[in-house]
Amino acid sequence: MPFTNTGLAAWISCLLIATAVPAGAQQLLNQDHPGQYSQEDIAAGNRVYNAQCTLCHGRDGDQVSGVDLRRGVFRRANTDEDLARVITSGTAAGMPPFRLQPSDLTGIVAFIRAHFDTTAAVRVGDAARGRAIFEGKGTCSTCHRVNGRGPRAAPDLSDIGVARAPAALERSIREPSSALMPIHRPVTIVMKDRTIIHGRRLNEDTLTVQVIDDKERLLSIAKRDIEVLDVSTRASMPAFADRLTADEIADTVAYLLTLREP
Amino acid sequence: MNIERGRPEGLHYFLVVATVFALALVLNAQVTSDRIARAADEPQNWLTYSGGYASQRHSLLKQIDPGNAKNLELKWILPDQVFGAWQSTPLVANGIMYVTQRPNDVLALDAKTGRVFWQYRYTVSPEARVCCGSNNRGVAILGDTLYMGTLDAHLVALDATAGRPLWNVEVGDPRLGYSITMAPLIVKDKVLVGVGGGEYGIRGFIAAFDAKTGKEIWRFHTIPAPGEPGSETWKGDAWKTGGGSLWVTPSYDPATNQTYWGVGNPGPDWNSDLRPGDNLYTDSVVALDADTGQLKWHFQFSPNDTYDYDSVQVAVLADLNWRGTPTKAMLWANRNGFFYVLDRTNGRFLFGTPFVKVNWASGLDAKGRPIATPQPPGQPTWPGNQGGTNWYSPSFSPSTGLFYVSAWENYASIYRKEPAAYVPGRNFPGGGANPVTPVPGAPGVRIGRTTPINNWTDAVGKGTVMAIDPQTGQKKWTFQQYDVTDSGILTTASNLLFTGGREGYFYALDARTGAQLWKTSLGGQIVNGPISYAVEGKQYVSVISGNSLVTFGLRE
Repeated sequence: MPFTNTGLAAWISCLLIATAVPAGAQQLLNQDHPGQYSQEDIAAGNRVYNAQCTLCHGRDGDQVSGVDLRRGVFRRANTDEDLARVITSGTAAGMPPFRLQPSDLTGIVAFIRAHFDTTAAVRVGDAARGRAIFEGKGTCSTCHRVNGRGPRAAPDLSDIGVARAPAALERSIREPSSALMPIHRPVTIVMKDRTIIHGRRLNEDTLTVQVIDDKERLLSIAKRDIEVLDVSTRASMPAFADRLTADEIADTVAYLLTLREP
Repeated sequence: MNIERGRPEGLHYFLVVATVFALALVLNAQVTSDRIARAADEPQNWLTYSGGYASQRHSLLKQIDPGNAKNLELKWILPDQVFGAWQSTPLVANGIMYVTQRPNDVLALDAKTGRVFWQYRYTVSPEARVCCGSNNRGVAILGDTLYMGTLDAHLVALDATAGRPLWNVEVGDPRLGYSITMAPLIVKDKVLVGVGGGEYGIRGFIAAFDAKTGKEIWRFHTIPAPGEPGSETWKGDAWKTGGGSLWVTPSYDPATNQTYWGVGNPGPDWNSDLRPGDNLYTDSVVALDADTGQLKWHFQFSPNDTYDYDSVQVAVLADLNWRGTPTKAMLWANRNGFFYVLDRTNGRFLFGTPFVKVNWASGLDAKGRPIATPQPPGQPTWPGNQGGTNWYSPSFSPSTGLFYVSAWENYASIYRKEPAAYVPGRNFPGGGANPVTPVPGAPGVRIGRTTPINNWTDAVGKGTVMAIDPQTGQKKWTFQQYDVTDSGILTTASNLLFTGGREGYFYALDARTGAQLWKTSLGGQIVNGPISYAVEGKQYVSVISGNSLVTFGLRE
């Protein structure tokens, strides 16, 4: 697997972090749930963020390349402690160290962990039970891939715990079509030579579209070769609102939040 | 050159010629306001942000034309050393290009090869704060001095030859959220600049500085104080935090000595209930006397704005035979979704019509005032928060008579009002806006592209280059892109149109028809306006894509 320099550095730093945080790692991850930060901390963090961070990171947290604070995408931080260290120590890439009051530092970490959502509130259950549901009753793993296991038909969920806030995860489970990200919409492509391609959209621009097809092939297709490009707003995944209980959904959300592989 | 020994007269001749030549170079290097006013006489240079005082972004160079545009090839690339959106427009004077990069660096380079002569790095105060990234849009040049506004609201003068600072004055207090991101404008012996900070409860202003010394000559507040004309459009103390920022370079008409400034949103951005009244001169164009800063006229596009519809578009000046009458016109596609034609001598509204879907107003009345139709809470408003267009430069071609603009279509936001308490230097939003997405929580269009994947898709908005006939407001043609575009537009006298977009494609279109004549894939988002210039008789086109400044010329 090819690594970019940045990817390699992030990978190495993850290794270092994994070594530095041995037994308590799972516990730290559990503490990363946005639901477990207080509204006061998140609101305080929002204020600090607006005053101190927007200069470089922007209002949406995505103005530094490779970093998307709102969606929990970092270059070199996994845990709350990592975030706090980067904020107080700065980075070699040019981020200066910030001297913050402990309450402000707690707040800014909470605000980032809450995906900038100062109103987030959703029930998070038990991750171990959630994993059993994911791989058993829920049949999630028959389509979704996690940490290198499972098919690629549906989006890989290995890092869904950093990419999505709990409320969005819950909505995706209950009623997938109501939460289907536009970029992931199922596509059916009829080529000018009458070949038909079924797949999931990965990217699109004025002249081309990139899909992973139902044979798990990555295809980049020039639009000039396409007769019909049909993009569906209906998710291929069934709705689980009636298939799982509220407790089971809360457990599944908890499990998904632990999926944080870079 | 070899000088033969024993031929002093030869040496003498050489010295005389060399001296004259050197003198000519020095004289040639002296950019004057008069030369900027007659920029059409020297299309090989790009002497001010918008290419000339009329801000048409129209080059008179014709070497590259619709017939040979397919022969454009890469000449050089200058990679940026910092990350983030690169919105700068380079200047070119006598074969030397001056460009800023984040946060406040200036580079001087050989416009023919891209090789750098010097780099100046300004250290921005940690007190600086800006809403939307460490942007800088370029320098101004006068004589052999460059002028740059900084993120901590200073104005810096640099020796254009050495790249060393000559003077540095504070324009606004960065601790209160004042910043400068626009390229200044030179008029005669003054440097004109305005302040940003519309999200921080500033009281916006425009100021003129003596180009030699940095001494402030005049200042005009875009938010009038009690007792001043326009103050009747504010109630209580709301004017003190009324916003009215300035972040694109103004235009100038030497015939009337008026400068034309697009003014930004009122503060707080999204809660108009906290500032009843029209809130002059926010979301307006103000015409100021270049010598005194005196207000000559104003026209407000979006009174009591609650949608963040900054009027920070470049005022495009064109002398038209408008519907049969010779007219000194101002053409303006506004963030609020309407296209306007004004009489620039007095600000009179001549005509206006939507160029994208609009539902915050049902139309414009006889004086150009919008007929407001606010949507119920939670319902979409078109155009969305980033507008039908925004700060990126449009173009006008006297050759085709058409006005060209990068627009966002199929793009709406849901706005919300919230209480706002002013804390000096803190964000002062009074609510917010979320792009309308097909499902909750889906990515909306952001201020810029930071990943190679368009994960909002055309379900949330798409970009269109529009050719608008100023006589009718009708679109003569459109050129569709899949993602939205923040690219400025350049037209040429040979009827070419150059533009890009977030997808990193760079296009040459036929300005008459919109037909695509040439394109190349540069990869990174294009968020500046292309320019054209010539060195040693060869025409070039420069554009910034992602972290690279890229220059094209014809294949040889």
